[in-house]
Amino acid sequence: MKKFDKERVLLAVAGPVIALAVAFALSSIVLIASGKNPVEPYTLMFEQATYSDVQVLIINQASMYYIAALAVAIGFRMNLFNIGVDGQYQLAAMMTAIVGAHANLPAALQVPLLLLTALCTGAFWAGIAGVLKVTRGVSEVVATIMLNAIATSVIAYLWLPDVFGVKVGNNNTTGVMHESGWIPGFDMGDAGEIYGLVLLAVLLGIGYWIVLNRTRFGFDLRASGASESAAAASGVDPKRMVLTAMLISGAIAGLAGLPILMGDTHTFSLNFPTGIGFLGIGIALLGRNSPVGIAFAALLWAWLDKASPELDFHDYDKEIAVIMQGLIVLSVVVSYEAVREWGLRRQQRRVGAELAAGHVLGADNNTSKEVAGR
Amino acid sequence: MTAVELAGITKRFPGVVANHDIHLTVRKGTVHALVGENGAGKSTLMKILYGMQKPDEGTIAVEGRQVTFSSPADAIARGIGMVHQHFMLADNLTVLENVVLGSEKLYGIGAKARRKIKELSDRYGLGVEPDRLMEELGVAARQRVEILKVLYRGATTLILDEPTAVLVPQEVEALFDNLRDLKAEGLSVIFISHKLGEVLSVADEITVIRRGTTVGTAVPSQTTPRQLAEMMVGSELPTPETAESTVTDRPVITVDKLRLAAPGGKALLDDISFTIHEGEILGIAGVEGNGQTELVDALIGLRNADSGTIKLADDEITAWATRKRREHGIGYIPEDRHRHGLLLDAPLWENRILGHVTEKPNAKGVWLDPKAAQEDTRRIVAEYDVRTPGIDVTAASLSGGNQQKLIVGREMSHKPRFLIAAHPTRGVDVGAQAAIWDHIREARREGLAVLLISADLDELIGLSDTLRVIYNGKLVADADPATVTPEELGSAMTGAATGHLEHPENAEPGADTPEIRKSPEAPEDEAR
Repeated sequence: MKKFDKERVLLAVAGPVIALAVAFALSSIVLIASGKNPVEPYTLMFEQATYSDVQVLIINQASMYYIAALAVAIGFRMNLFNIGVDGQYQLAAMMTAIVGAHANLPAALQVPLLLLTALCTGAFWAGIAGVLKVTRGVSEVVATIMLNAIATSVIAYLWLPDVFGVKVGNNNTTGVMHESGWIPGFDMGDAGEIYGLVLLAVLLGIGYWIVLNRTRFGFDLRASGASESAAAASGVDPKRMVLTAMLISGAIAGLAGLPILMGDTHTFSLNFPTGIGFLGIGIALLGRNSPVGIAFAALLWAWLDKASPELDFHDYDKEIAVIMQGLIVLSVVVSYEAVREWGLRRQQRRVGAELAAGHVLGADNNTSKEVAGR
Repeated sequence: MTAVELAGITKRFPGVVANHDIHLTVRKGTVHALVGENGAGKSTLMKILYGMQKPDEGTIAVEGRQVTFSSPADAIARGIGMVHQHFMLADNLTVLENVVLGSEKLYGIGAKARRKIKELSDRYGLGVEPDRLMEELGVAARQRVEILKVLYRGATTLILDEPTAVLVPQEVEALFDNLRDLKAEGLSVIFISHKLGEVLSVADEITVIRRGTTVGTAVPSQTTPRQLAEMMVGSELPTPETAESTVTDRPVITVDKLRLAAPGGKALLDDISFTIHEGEILGIAGVEGNGQTELVDALIGLRNADSGTIKLADDEITAWATRKRREHGIGYIPEDRHRHGLLLDAPLWENRILGHVTEKPNAKGVWLDPKAAQEDTRRIVAEYDVRTPGIDVTAASLSGGNQQKLIVGREMSHKPRFLIAAHPTRGVDVGAQAAIWDHIREARREGLAVLLISADLDELIGLSDTLRVIYNGKLVADADPATVTPEELGSAMTGAATGHLEHPENAEPGADTPEIRKSPEAPEDEAR
């Protein structure tokens, strides 16, 4: 059996490695085409990753990417495409900021209250799409895209000064949260501070793995994703599963903005990072919906983000990093499918070969059974 | 003069050699039968001849000239046409439209095409009416349209893939008359089947294929069914015969006036009532598409009945969800194991959990118990002779028969009270078939109630304690499997006969030895 385990690791690694190699190669072609050195930008960016302050930035950024990507991945595991993580986390962050600015409980209550607010807001916003899909058959892709647009408008409304908004110069904010809802970071000295909620990201990753692989619910969810018809025949209620998965995905999405909100900005303003939900889709893809894979992917993405500004100082355009992210996503989709099919064929051939050689489980005591060699 | 000659054809698929050194020579103006068990490699061979697959080795010659096909279009250009087992027709188009679809360049789409269709239909006695809407036609008429489609495209060699699988015995005779007309006109027919009686009555020559290779050629007049059967299987044929009755009077499942309607209001199931007792196998005969799928869905809970009740022992389960029904002892061997029975990309031990995720040994409370599930998978693999190198390989890498044995093992492991077995041996090799029958019989002895749905009349007659015939969503006839013949069942399956099926003039000499009739080669025995 060891052979198959090794095989699985090989297959798991082959996809991303091929995708990254192809993406780097294609980016180099872009650089050559624009008359630039095709290697130097990478060396510059790698160099950036060795500075401790950039490392802190990367980890902080990656924690949010990680949570967003987990939210997307939950959907992916059961063939649901929650493209609305972007709207869910922004709306959730805003609601959390508003609650944090108006409620003032002791920290032991305030922090859970804020987390709960984020969870519920995200779940609610995703749940709308879930209900629409279950009751009216509306595609969750369409519904969540629309809800993203609506979320933007809701946020703009809540920012109005006579609603919850507080104007700070030209900036719209929600006012500063009470300190009981601030989460202290890990002090790294000169390098800066790592958000305290990076720990939350790690815990979510562990929880994700446990729920999917070690609970009945996780099995049902994965079965629904692998084969809707087989899952239904096995006793999964498809509608309830869609709704539940949507709610969980949304709840996790709601947490994606909290590391920076509760660890750094303490207010939801125009400067609050946007687009994390969309990046999460690419990261979940690259990480193959596995908690470890997503962690690497999130770090890679954050590195491209945080190391690329340096390029501007060396006469390169930092957009090369964005091109690369795009190319990675494209090559990921192609290479994963290719590797998956290759792996399947390889395994079938191997099973055939083992059977032909008489290695049949249960035929251990040298009475190797006759094997149908068709 | 040879129409088609295949020499040394070998085709390998991942994990299996589907064809190995196959030789097949079809003379012009003959019906050449290709027989072999399910999974012997007949379909692969025909896909190669029809240009859907490329052989790894070997040559194809058409009328003496060597050819290579890279697509079905190439094959049609050489006069080779295929009538598929599953029809490829558009219901909402007329016969004429279906025939010209894709070949508009040949004779246009108007009067000229209609003339051509008429001419072909008359010449080969197909009786096709060009302006009928396809959805109005029955299965046999659709098949004739498929044949005409192929002729229309200029085929001189026709491949018919299991053409009789969907037909009742009377329709089979009519088809054979058509085939004789075709061959009288100098066309060649390759007839794929695993039914020996049909093969012997229609073929001029027979090539037997077993485990992917041709094991011999036979001429019907010099061959007995037994010889042919043994060539096909390589050993004695198993029979699905059930020894003594184990039927009790304790009802396990009681269905009363079950009705299920399509969204438009058309009844898919109407007034279905039956009771299955402990130790009883109730067989449902019927041409596919007459409500069998809907009946299974209603029993397992994938569809809710519009009216009527289903009782499991003393519990009314009509409103229960699928999971609750399964937890309470309904086992399910689905008709389409790839869609409903397996997670193809998941390892075997996860497939062992599927459908029983809430039950022991798969779960402890809300937690999965992978260790116990894996351990139990090893037991199933050993007890049910699932041929696999391990339990971590994906279900997709097993052959159909082994997948099915895994499913049977999984369902039996939870000691069901009631088993829904829909085509339990479809597409599995003969060894697995016998094993599956044994498992069903054994469980029946221990008091299991079984609903058996099958297209294989011999399987139905051999295994069942009671037989019912489903036609158009209704149970129209019942029969005693000890005395009924496939022909009698066949006429009920077309709706021609209803009520209790009995011999009109009773007692042929073999009436007191019913097991002869039950064996798969029974029809041939009578023909002798």
